[in-house]
Amino acid sequence: MRTLAERVAAAAAERTVGQRLGAAFGAAWPLAIGIAIAVVLQTAVAPALGDYHARVLLDAGIAILVASSLNIVNGFAGQFSIGHAGFMLLGGYAAAVVTYYGSIKLWGSPLVHGGFLGSGDWLFLGACVIGGLVAAVAGLVVGLPSLRLRGDYLAIVTLGFGEICRVVVQLSADVVPAAEVGDRSIVELANNVGGALGFSPPPPTYVSPTPWLGGTGHAGIFFVFALVAVVLIVAHRLKRSSGGRALLAVRENEIAAEAMGIDTSRAKVVAFVLAAFFAGIGGALYAHEFGVTLGPKDLGFQKSIDLVIIVVLGGMGSISGVVLSATILTILPELFREFAQYRMPIYALALIVVMILRPQGLLGVKELWELSIWGRLWRRLRGRSA
Amino acid sequence: MTTLLQTLVSALSLGSVYALIALGYTLVYGVLRFINFAHSDVFTLGAWSAVSVAGAIGWSVTGGGHFALPVVLAASMAICAVVGVTIEALAYRPLRRAPRLNVLITAIGVSLLMQNVGQLRWAFGPTPTASPRLMTDHTVTTLAGVRIGTVDVAIVELAVMLMLCLEVLVYRTRLGRAMRAVSFDERTASLMGINVNRVVSITFAIGSALAAAAGVIYTMKYPTVGQPADATWILLGLKAFIAAVVGGIGNVRGAVAGAMMIAGLEKFGAAYVSSRMENVYVFAVLILVLLLRPSGLFGRAVVEKV
Amino acid sequence: MSRTAVNLRGWGRRAGLVGLLAVALGATACKGMSGEKEGAAGSGGAAPSTGPIKVGHYASLTGNEATFGVSTDNGIRLAVEERNAAGGVKGRKIELKTLDTASQAAQGGTVVTRLISQDKVVAVLGEVASSISLAGGQVAQQLGVPMISPSSTNLKVTAIGDKIFRVCFTDDFQAYVIAKFLRDDLKLDRVAILHDQQQAYSKGLADDFRKIFVELGGTIAGDQTYTGGNPDVSAQLQTIKSAGAQAVFLPGYYTDAGNYMQQAKKMGLTVPFLGGDGWDSAELIKIAGDAIEGSYYSNHYSHQDERPEVQKFVATYKAKFGAVPDGLAALGYDAARVLFDAMERAPSLGGADLAAAIAATKDFPGVTGAITIDGNRNAQKKAVILQVKDGVPTYVTSIWPKGMAPADDAAAGSGDGSAAAAGSADGSAAAAPADGSAAPLGLQGGLGGGGDGTGAGDGEGGGMGRGKGTGMGKADRKAEPLPTKMDPDDGGE
Repeated sequence: MRTLAERVAAAAAERTVGQRLGAAFGAAWPLAIGIAIAVVLQTAVAPALGDYHARVLLDAGIAILVASSLNIVNGFAGQFSIGHAGFMLLGGYAAAVVTYYGSIKLWGSPLVHGGFLGSGDWLFLGACVIGGLVAAVAGLVVGLPSLRLRGDYLAIVTLGFGEICRVVVQLSADVVPAAEVGDRSIVELANNVGGALGFSPPPPTYVSPTPWLGGTGHAGIFFVFALVAVVLIVAHRLKRSSGGRALLAVRENEIAAEAMGIDTSRAKVVAFVLAAFFAGIGGALYAHEFGVTLGPKDLGFQKSIDLVIIVVLGGMGSISGVVLSATILTILPELFREFAQYRMPIYALALIVVMILRPQGLLGVKELWELSIWGRLWRRLRGRSA
Repeated sequence: MTTLLQTLVSALSLGSVYALIALGYTLVYGVLRFINFAHSDVFTLGAWSAVSVAGAIGWSVTGGGHFALPVVLAASMAICAVVGVTIEALAYRPLRRAPRLNVLITAIGVSLLMQNVGQLRWAFGPTPTASPRLMTDHTVTTLAGVRIGTVDVAIVELAVMLMLCLEVLVYRTRLGRAMRAVSFDERTASLMGINVNRVVSITFAIGSALAAAAGVIYTMKYPTVGQPADATWILLGLKAFIAAVVGGIGNVRGAVAGAMMIAGLEKFGAAYVSSRMENVYVFAVLILVLLLRPSGLFGRAVVEKV
Repeated sequence: MSRTAVNLRGWGRRAGLVGLLAVALGATACKGMSGEKEGAAGSGGAAPSTGPIKVGHYASLTGNEATFGVSTDNGIRLAVEERNAAGGVKGRKIELKTLDTASQAAQGGTVVTRLISQDKVVAVLGEVASSISLAGGQVAQQLGVPMISPSSTNLKVTAIGDKIFRVCFTDDFQAYVIAKFLRDDLKLDRVAILHDQQQAYSKGLADDFRKIFVELGGTIAGDQTYTGGNPDVSAQLQTIKSAGAQAVFLPGYYTDAGNYMQQAKKMGLTVPFLGGDGWDSAELIKIAGDAIEGSYYSNHYSHQDERPEVQKFVATYKAKFGAVPDGLAALGYDAARVLFDAMERAPSLGGADLAAAIAATKDFPGVTGAITIDGNRNAQKKAVILQVKDGVPTYVTSIWPKGMAPADDAAAGSGDGSAAAAGSADGSAAAAPADGSAAPLGLQGGLGGGGDGTGAGDGEGGGMGRGKGTGMGKADRKAEPLPTKMDPDDGGE
């Protein structure tokens, strides 16, 4: 009976071209399962949960997605970024511009067009990708300084980047109502994103957790969790690939990694671009969570910090750890909401205590299924049955 | 000319506030190599201590003559020094050997805790308040239509005095030598018989007391004290931090120079270019400086040991 | 073999993630099930018909805007307490549930969803910030539960749909009030604007003011911005000074406004400043000191107003919370009372009935003035202009919404006055729009001595007499009533 780690090591050692192809083919299976889960969540779980809990589920999904993206740059590559909300903001606004002004251009109204996976949903998915691409370009720009800067200094640059994004959006012009769009181009309209008030045009065209209620929204939970599956699979495969191991090497010791022949510059920039791309998609989902509702203040420094907290709490580089902590840190503040003014002090105190008692995060660098507790449990069960 | 002078006067006052906060960031970074995110909240606490102390004595409206400023300043600095040392002992010391990111998250936790506890009704409350009148603001002189008051002069004097004290402390005393030794190599310093924990505690006390002084100066110059969780405090703290970084973090003189630069940039940018982007200038210059001189304008480049 | 191994590994890991998600979901689901069985039903229509009536409030109790959220919540709590002491609504007690939005728009949506689908509230009160109200309002509208915003002034808020109301006036009206006052009363041509670019409230007022003031023939001399909380705006003030403005419109919150007026004074910029209801706080004058002397601001009411319901509100609030209520507390109090009044009148507490009852609110005697909900679900009420004299905000004039004539209102007011249940207090309030409320903001010369009377409406005739003709389509400004025309007995009874 070989252990999991041994099998992984053996498989990694005997990978041939054929096996690589097989692995690529194998990637379709997890994705199919992910989509199946998303369907179940959307059609069975969310209705049973009711509006509010479905919404929390949606929030948790988005948190998982964005935190996992931050985990790539922060956890895998060890490049400390505290401006990740800036990528969300760029992706969110870009996507909101595409769905709102795009629908007006295409169909003359900002309402959702077509049913599930109808033309409106394709526009929305396209908007997510565009949001991701816009953020990825920004990721490239922010990633380049990482070639020169290390540790805290890089963190400060990312922080500055996030703040600049926020201020620039805050200075934008008012949203143009559907009737006044006329033949202004999308690029021209990209400046009309509502400024300080936020991008929130009235008709509720949103990614609803419970679209069966109003029938006006996108199937939010399905899209969010399908994309969560994509991000998790990419993150997982990245972690196991040679590129991912290069990132881990950069994290552990950049100079040693370079000495071993790893192109550290390329590895870091790739990590930034990939993380920014997924954060942009996360921002796009966030923007459409309820109506096109996006306030510049919501995606500022505080949000970046929340994301870093999720990654550190989950365990830097642990995919399942980040999923777990993203879920916990979405649900926990909701439970604390009862405490009104005492909510935040309790949250802050919990954070400090956890950091002191468990500095490596919930799972450390391990994944949930790599924990020794499973082995012990297994042995105990076997011992009992024997 | 009027605009130039006016901008200069306001940049000097703001720069003094930034400088005193930046010194705290720089001291802690120099010794422990981590960004103390809770430092801006100590600054907030300094301002609110001034309000509370002056209010308790009854000076908040009438003014307490010549005693008001020294008494309030001393009280506020003492309160913040104690709080700073406590934070270090309870939250940061257990994590001395942990990865820096953990300490950073803990610092953020402390910052959130201070903001949100400060906001509770039995603490300072969620409402902004008026600054105490610690000294009467006479007109000292009027230059080209720009009024320079006693407060403006007092602020700069006070800030310069405190900075000189710090300079002497760090470069001319045994304690300062110990601080620099810990900053250079903590382990070797402890082998040489330096009580590292004590030095770190004292560093926090000094940094926090300077932040308190910045808070008191703030209440002297500006008539509003925002509620403890106001974004203003975070932004002020952030700019002071940027000043420390631009000046070369860990460098005492650099922090002061950086603070004056950042304040000047902000105010002159607002006066001569456009007030819409005043925060963007600061962040843009930060990024630029870090790209061109990653260790700050006055910082020494650190050669990484393999 | 090897290919299957690869696939199996994929499965294995995938299964791990699946398990994790399942755990996460389980946690959420358990909360849902244990929380409330009917939670699964979804929509908000299923409020129970016995026991206390639940009313939700979402507010920024933490974060940057906590000041406003806490004040509003205090006002609402006071209204609930008073109503419960007086027997509640339809014989049932009111139960208030306040949840924190942490000053973030996205959380507004989540919180309102929770209030409606989880806590089964019949109506939602909140938010102060328009950006958060927009997020929460979309949810309330979608789920068919009425929402009353106490103090979101942005026009877009009530434009969301037929379930969203407000009890404050809107940005465009307030901007109009100030522009008109500047042109007609102060007769100024050149006015500078200094607004907070990060506050939707401040920016909205500035945008509307700019437009209206130019329409009225004025010139904008110096259009400057600041970032809320920035302690120093000397650069902006210097520009305004050299532009030769005769007055400065500073539509921000009192914390900034007080500070900036002091800076202006120290710089020798001595023109009057003008502001909106964001200035309203007892702290303003403490912060600004003597620099605020002679400046004007528009407001819903003044806590120095001698109308009995205002004084009663101020006194009970002070006793309970130990502070003078600011405008937001008064608006929260009024929003809750408008809601209770509508609940009492509504045939049922269902969303549609309740919304219809709120929409039918006419001349409700609020602390912040008589409230009439118009066709756009906005409150139609007059604004008062106050000037700070000797450190006291003193009444200068009232300005009415376009097309709403004071004389009409006087008629309506007197009619309602007799109908209003609460006796003399309400009677005088209903009559107030006639211009009586006009009167008595404290230390104003002979009026201050006017004694216990509110100086309330001198009746229809008086109102007509002084109204400058009704259907002008523009607002009518009321002259300050002369003391001789006042009838002190009116309110004193």
